Amino acid sequence: MKKYAPLFLLPLTLAFLVFFVVPFLGGLILSFTEFTTVENASFVGVENYVKAFTADTGFLNALWFTIKFTIVSVISVNVFAFLLALLLTKSLKGVNFFRTVFFLPNLIGGIVLGYIWNVIINGVLSYFGVDITFDASYGFWGLVILMNWQMIGYMMIIYIAGLQSVDRGLIEAAHIDGANHISALWHVTIPSLMPSVTICTFLTLTNSFKLFDQNLALTGGAPGKETSMLALDIYDTFYGRIGWQGVGQAKAVVFFVIVALIALVQLKLTRSREVEV
Amino acid sequence: MNKTLTKVLWYCLLSVVALFFLIPVFIILINSFKSRFVIMSEPFSLPMKESFVGLTNYFSGIEASGFFKAFGISLFVTVLSVTLIIVCSSMTAWYITRRKTIFTKMLYFAFVFSMIVPFQMVMYTLTYVAVKLNFANPLGIVFIYLGFGAGLSVFMFSGFVKGIPREIEEAATIDGCNSVQTFFRVVFPILKSTTVTVAILNAMWIWNDYLLPYLVLGSKYKTIPVAVQLTMQGAYGNVDWGGFMAMLTLSIIPIIVLYIFLQRYIIEGVLSGAVKG
Repeated sequence: MKKYAPLFLLPLTLAFLVFFVVPFLGGLILSFTEFTTVENASFVGVENYVKAFTADTGFLNALWFTIKFTIVSVISVNVFAFLLALLLTKSLKGVNFFRTVFFLPNLIGGIVLGYIWNVIINGVLSYFGVDITFDASYGFWGLVILMNWQMIGYMMIIYIAGLQSVDRGLIEAAHIDGANHISALWHVTIPSLMPSVTICTFLTLTNSFKLFDQNLALTGGAPGKETSMLALDIYDTFYGRIGWQGVGQAKAVVFFVIVALIALVQLKLTRSREVEV
Repeated sequence: MNKTLTKVLWYCLLSVVALFFLIPVFIILINSFKSRFVIMSEPFSLPMKESFVGLTNYFSGIEASGFFKAFGISLFVTVLSVTLIIVCSSMTAWYITRRKTIFTKMLYFAFVFSMIVPFQMVMYTLTYVAVKLNFANPLGIVFIYLGFGAGLSVFMFSGFVKGIPREIEEAATIDGCNSVQTFFRVVFPILKSTTVTVAILNAMWIWNDYLLPYLVLGSKYKTIPVAVQLTMQGAYGNVDWGGFMAMLTLSIIPIIVLYIFLQRYIIEGVLSGAVKG
């Protein structure tokens, strides 16, 4: 086996090294330098990190906007997805058709999705003589609606799979013991569904937190930069301001650290649950 | 009686929700047949005698955005990248799962680690490397996707390989197969279900990806999402809304057609990807 190692490992490892490892390490180093092209980087210590938070309020605004958006999206997407999953696991005919329809938006890419909702929301708002860039709250709720439209079907599929694996015997036993539908749902179904809840929470959490395409297409950050989320703010810092590439890279490192922390918490939660079971 | 009534109520509710999921796509579709001058003033009306323009928007939209060329490039990049990712990452995953050395363990860790790194972290340096190495073209970007898709794909293949009993491979070795023959004749066919999942997840991501092709290929080789975004961005408020609606419709159609034929695989693939990832 050993003599075939290059054949099995080399193509992928090489691509991975050149297009992931090198850019990743390079990015880490460049976050401590000032540069306009990679060649003219000069070391500036943690200045970029200080600038990212203090030079203007863009990054902190984006962070706060992203957190608010993520909280609202995670809750709304999961509640609606769970309710739909409950409906679709009732023994009704034609369930498959509805499942197919609800999942469809998930296949459409973020840019196209953003423009679809841009047209619709602006169409509605035009009756009131305004558009989506009129006020930051319009952009906020527009993004929430878009996110729900895109993610509900996806999460619903995971909840359906979870619901189908819940032990029917347990629910019947609860009914025999006098539980009504609601309390059986609350005390039996939902607790045994916790693995699905964890998966869905983290999928919506990371997807909302890292949102970029939809943000760009729906509002582009307007009005001003008030509806810029973190990823868009980083992009604008890199490509919108000459001489700020180092700050952009520092913001990107902070972004990476937050995303990595979320992933670690998720890993811990799923691991501890596996031990319990 | 009561039971039928509840059923009717459930169906009404499901239908209302289904409308919420379908109407946005439908609105884009009807607007693509309307005159460009009435789209923004009355976006929710049906195309009537004077506002109906037939396929005019499709001709102008296709021409302005170079839609068919973009479609070709998207198809080329997606098909080639997915094929390469499947072959290379299944080989690597099998090798590093079966031969545990410090090197292969580190490699596995690096692949898993790359899954949590957001694109913004490497966006600038990656673009730099791609341009420097002359990979900023439709063929070159395939190798970038290979390096980027490696994490998730190796992770999923490894998870499956762990469950394959070694005896099968040992029997093949005794029959005189070398590692390459063992892999392609014995192991790879067993991996089929994971291959489908990996193919679907990567295809959905690459087909819809915007930022990487935009930064690396730019306006010279537009993929569909890039063409959509650049049409809007390049118009500076002076948008041909008719042509744009036609473009949005055209970019959704291939996805819906594919979904109708492959929905079982797509839903199962996404589901198992979510549960394992």
